[in-house]
Amino acid sequence: MTATPGATPGATPSATAVKTVGLRKTFGPITAVEGLDLTIRRGEVFGLLGPNGSGKTTTIRMLCGLLPPSAGGATVVGFDVATESEEIRRSIGYMSQRYGLYDDLTVDENLRFYSTIYGLYGEARSERLERHLADLGLAERRHQLAGTLSGGWKQRLALACATAHQPEMLFLDEPTAGVDPAARRAFWESIYAMARGGTTVLVTTHYMDEAERCERLAFLSRGHLIGVGTPAEITTQFNQPTIEDVFIALQAADEARV
Amino acid sequence: MSLLHRLRRSPFWPMLWKEFIQMRRDRLTFGMVTLFPAIQLVLFGYAIQTDVRNLPTVVLDDSRTTESRLLVQTLANTDVFRIIGEVPDRAAMQDAIESGRANAALVIPPEYARQIAAGATARAQLIVDAADPQSSGAALSGAQLAAQARGVAITAARLGGPLDPPVDLRVRPWYNPAQRSAVFIVPGVIGILLTLTMTLITSTAIVRERERGTLEQLIVTPIDKTSLMLGKVVPFILVGYIQMSVVLGLGWLIFDIPLRGSLVLLYLLTSAFIVASLGVGLLISTLARSQSQAMQMSFFFLLPNILLSGYIFPRAAMPEPAQWVGLLLPLTYFLQVLRGILLKGVGIEHVWRNSLWLAVFAVILLTISVRRFSKTIE
Repeated sequence: MTATPGATPGATPSATAVKTVGLRKTFGPITAVEGLDLTIRRGEVFGLLGPNGSGKTTTIRMLCGLLPPSAGGATVVGFDVATESEEIRRSIGYMSQRYGLYDDLTVDENLRFYSTIYGLYGEARSERLERHLADLGLAERRHQLAGTLSGGWKQRLALACATAHQPEMLFLDEPTAGVDPAARRAFWESIYAMARGGTTVLVTTHYMDEAERCERLAFLSRGHLIGVGTPAEITTQFNQPTIEDVFIALQAADEARV
Repeated sequence: MSLLHRLRRSPFWPMLWKEFIQMRRDRLTFGMVTLFPAIQLVLFGYAIQTDVRNLPTVVLDDSRTTESRLLVQTLANTDVFRIIGEVPDRAAMQDAIESGRANAALVIPPEYARQIAAGATARAQLIVDAADPQSSGAALSGAQLAAQARGVAITAARLGGPLDPPVDLRVRPWYNPAQRSAVFIVPGVIGILLTLTMTLITSTAIVRERERGTLEQLIVTPIDKTSLMLGKVVPFILVGYIQMSVVLGLGWLIFDIPLRGSLVLLYLLTSAFIVASLGVGLLISTLARSQSQAMQMSFFFLLPNILLSGYIFPRAAMPEPAQWVGLLLPLTYFLQVLRGILLKGVGIEHVWRNSLWLAVFAVILLTISVRRFSKTIE
């Protein structure tokens, strides 16, 4: 696969945003992710579900180029994670559980910093940032230090920082942990708005109501992929009334197997 | 894209901008930058006195004559000894030294004056607490000086006129005629201070980003390793220069440190040392997993710098292996530059070799650190 720097969107205008084949990650004797085969379509809101320690964060980190895979491979927006991680970094946005904000910088300064790192300058940057601040309702708090924001506002700012460069693909690692329901709803509205604009979204979550909002879901348990499909397909396939029941049943079954 | 354009759009600039804002808002760092050097200077400048003076001395005078009193007087005139009193017998003298009240005792036997009168060699004894070799060394030379002075005076009296010594070896202490420790120590304080603060703030600054989770966010951005690390440390160069200026200014005001050479040259050459020290800090940051680990490593690095660089103890007096270790420390070279320019007033023709070594250290340390730093989080 050849990549031309700066080419948008991605190197291959295919319908696939993420494809992993036999992706595997071990930390010493511990296997965090095992033989993961996953395909995410362009423009999709894709949910990654699983209990703590099931390998969700490790998977996201491998896809973002933060962790080199131990075996197998993956492409993200047409680039290979093993050899083209810098091209991937240019095309994605990433929001970690810890948000990655500078508490001693203001809302404005955090946004400015991250967008400039992504190569936004001058008028283009100012325009984009103003729109972003307005869209996410952050304009009134622009001169507040990020460290003094409440959880919900921090989350919005983190989303703004991760998306200021209009990435093709957005990785969200448990973005709504510890945020109140109103903020969560507003957050999901922003996510949908971005997906409608063509951005692919991969999100991990613990909340079952959020899982049901995803177009497609993948279940992970102890590093294994144990089910993939739309919420409706999954409930039908596993013959359970809700996603939460599927979650509990699949996890119990997988644990019983070993 | 032209090189200039790429340079202007480098992620180095936003990194630099962010660091300056953070530094300005961090009161602790700001305090460390300005107050810390002042405190260190006063502590080291006043406390470290390698020149031994005023050793408390007791006298056991069994002669009790004009001659014996003249000997006591001559000894007191050397400045090395301070007579704190007389003792009646040897037991009392021993007690004075054992208790630590006195570091030296002058013992003059009963026959002292008689021997002088008879034209024989008069004998007296100076007992020194030599547990501290620095004091005993000073006592030794002080006593010799006093004996010599008395000897010359007595011989002159016998010959009935002034005496011209056959050999007159005069010592001329250049660069520091008053032989004040502060003159030697204060330029060194600049070096020690820069070593400590540059390694400490650099190493903890990167590890702090790791601990707070912002490093993870930074490395998923397209920022390159060099911009990330340079943007992070370049502001500290300014910090280093502020500290140096504080110590130089106060050293000049309080301790009357001479500024003989070119300050412009000194400030220029200092940049190599600052960058080398930042390089050490960067290297530590790639090894340490937490801020406390980074701090421990920085202090661990400081110790050989204090002992082996020639900051306090002369390197020439060290055993060879210790001298070799000293050659691995940038401070060893920087001290030569500092003292050369400040105290001797020499120019680039005498310090270029040391400066070149500093530049080599800077380049090697920076290269290794940037290589070692990985844009992954394992």
